[in-house]
Amino acid sequence: MAAVSIQSLSKTYKGPRGDFKALDDVSFDIGAGEFFGLLGPNGAGKTTLISILAGLARASSGSVTVMGHDVQAAPAAARRALGIVPQELVFDPFFSVRETLRIQSGYFGVKNNDAWIDELLAELGLSDKANANMRQLSGGMKRRVLVAQALVHRPPVIVLDEPTAGVDVELRQTLWAFIGRLNRQGHTVLLTTHYLEEAEALCQRIGMLKQGRLVALDHTANLLSATASTMLRFKTDQALPPDLAPLARITGRIVQLKAHDAAEVEQQLARLRQAGVGVEDLEIGRADLEDVFVQIMRSGAPADVAANAHQTVEVTS
Amino acid sequence: MSESPVTTAMAPASVPLPAPAAVLAGVKTLLYKEVLRFWKVGFQTVAAPVLTAVMYLLIFGHVLQDRLQVFEGVSYTGFLIPGLVMMSVLQNSFANSASSLVQSKITGNLVFLLVTPLSHWSWYVAYVGASMVRGLVVGLGVFAVTLWFAPPSFAEPQWIIVFALLGSAILGSMGVIAGLWADKFDQMAAFQNFIIMPMTFLSGVFYSVKSLPPLWLEVSHLNPFFYMIDGFRRGFFGVSDVSPWLSLAVVGGCYLVVASVALHLLKTGYKLRS
Repeated sequence: MAAVSIQSLSKTYKGPRGDFKALDDVSFDIGAGEFFGLLGPNGAGKTTLISILAGLARASSGSVTVMGHDVQAAPAAARRALGIVPQELVFDPFFSVRETLRIQSGYFGVKNNDAWIDELLAELGLSDKANANMRQLSGGMKRRVLVAQALVHRPPVIVLDEPTAGVDVELRQTLWAFIGRLNRQGHTVLLTTHYLEEAEALCQRIGMLKQGRLVALDHTANLLSATASTMLRFKTDQALPPDLAPLARITGRIVQLKAHDAAEVEQQLARLRQAGVGVEDLEIGRADLEDVFVQIMRSGAPADVAANAHQTVEVTS
Repeated sequence: MSESPVTTAMAPASVPLPAPAAVLAGVKTLLYKEVLRFWKVGFQTVAAPVLTAVMYLLIFGHVLQDRLQVFEGVSYTGFLIPGLVMMSVLQNSFANSASSLVQSKITGNLVFLLVTPLSHWSWYVAYVGASMVRGLVVGLGVFAVTLWFAPPSFAEPQWIIVFALLGSAILGSMGVIAGLWADKFDQMAAFQNFIIMPMTFLSGVFYSVKSLPPLWLEVSHLNPFFYMIDGFRRGFFGVSDVSPWLSLAVVGGCYLVVASVALHLLKTGYKLRS
């Protein structure tokens, strides 16, 4: 059974200036125990999808199940299986950290949960803040409490909506170490993030949304190899020869050229030499997820990735 | 490479279906949280309304004590006390659910509740229950302080309990409706100042509606708050402007209407789930 199953999901918001289609026929599954990344630019529909998953918004059509429970037909069972870390840094100013966690635990009917609450506080570096009022905490500390609140009822599926936006390196490392451990223990994790290196490092599979449509869905390794896997980087003050210029990503003096293999790199270097282009600080590296992301968002899905995504949807539906 | 999702480990055991005990624990938690919320700011939510009611009693009692006698053998101050107690119960019951919901919506922390398995019934019971607790605590506070001013009498105490409970439940439910409807604090304040306040002030807290001109007497009989105050006062003095059974019927009917509306709004997720 898939931990999360999304079938033909669409969401249209009706507004005074016309309808806005936030999600358009999105389908994919997340397997039990999987670490799944959902990427896309702002406004692509990531948060709408998570809102429907969490019961904060209703689908216009299609269905979503969490651990087999339909989020609209059986919302209580679906929500028990889900822990959501919201994107907004929200808190209840009336309560201390421990009160906040006890109350959240109680909502799910989990009583006498102090042992787990203490463990969460320790894991997230909040033990010495347990009795502090929420208002007294820094932004990073509040973010940690949000994570603890989402985990307080031990949900099998954890959803993190841009959990590291604007937080310091220490919290990121603490958070990913902890979430990674939970994932290894069998928790399913759905992550949206703007930090593509995080997604590349953590996620086994990645889905990419663009204007409400799923434009890529594959294992992270496949996505990386589906595009040119080698990247030639150098600095130059001169114009590139006309046959290379359209292929390059140019940022100031820095030029990046994609290549499929070493032979293509050699050809590109030969062309630069022939054209008399002076090259400094030459590096050859692997393409990273950012390159894949930029390519997909510019052009839509590359043909092979699109085929994989479609195939995956059919296999899992 | 296979396209099937990766399964690195067994997921934790699926969560069992909500047992009645878990649901009850959820409702109790939300009720506790809502009570704790107002209790933590008790100066504002309990002490201040008690002081306001005592001010009314001091001023109106002082001015009118020797000029008015509404019921035979009952001083004006004695007459005023149950009205002020009930007015405090009603206004504070409304304020609790309304302000809690609006505040949680505006600050965004209502999301913590929206992602829980709590049903619309659970929300209703907890929000209205906490409103009733606040209304009754403030009412008891006002009553305790007014003991200094006039000796209490309890002619038919069952009506005191019935109308205090029903009145606070009605206003708690109205607070839920207003709290869901209002998007900002001034909308809630408008609901409070333009609907709740006039209806309580014009319900016979400070006077017997029998002293009004015939037209205003008729108008007062259309105000459900009049029946709450009149029935409540009946419990103290054994006399009232209308039969307590009529008041019970009106107030009971009114409760069913507002409770149904509040439950419907909660069930459909009005302004909660897009």
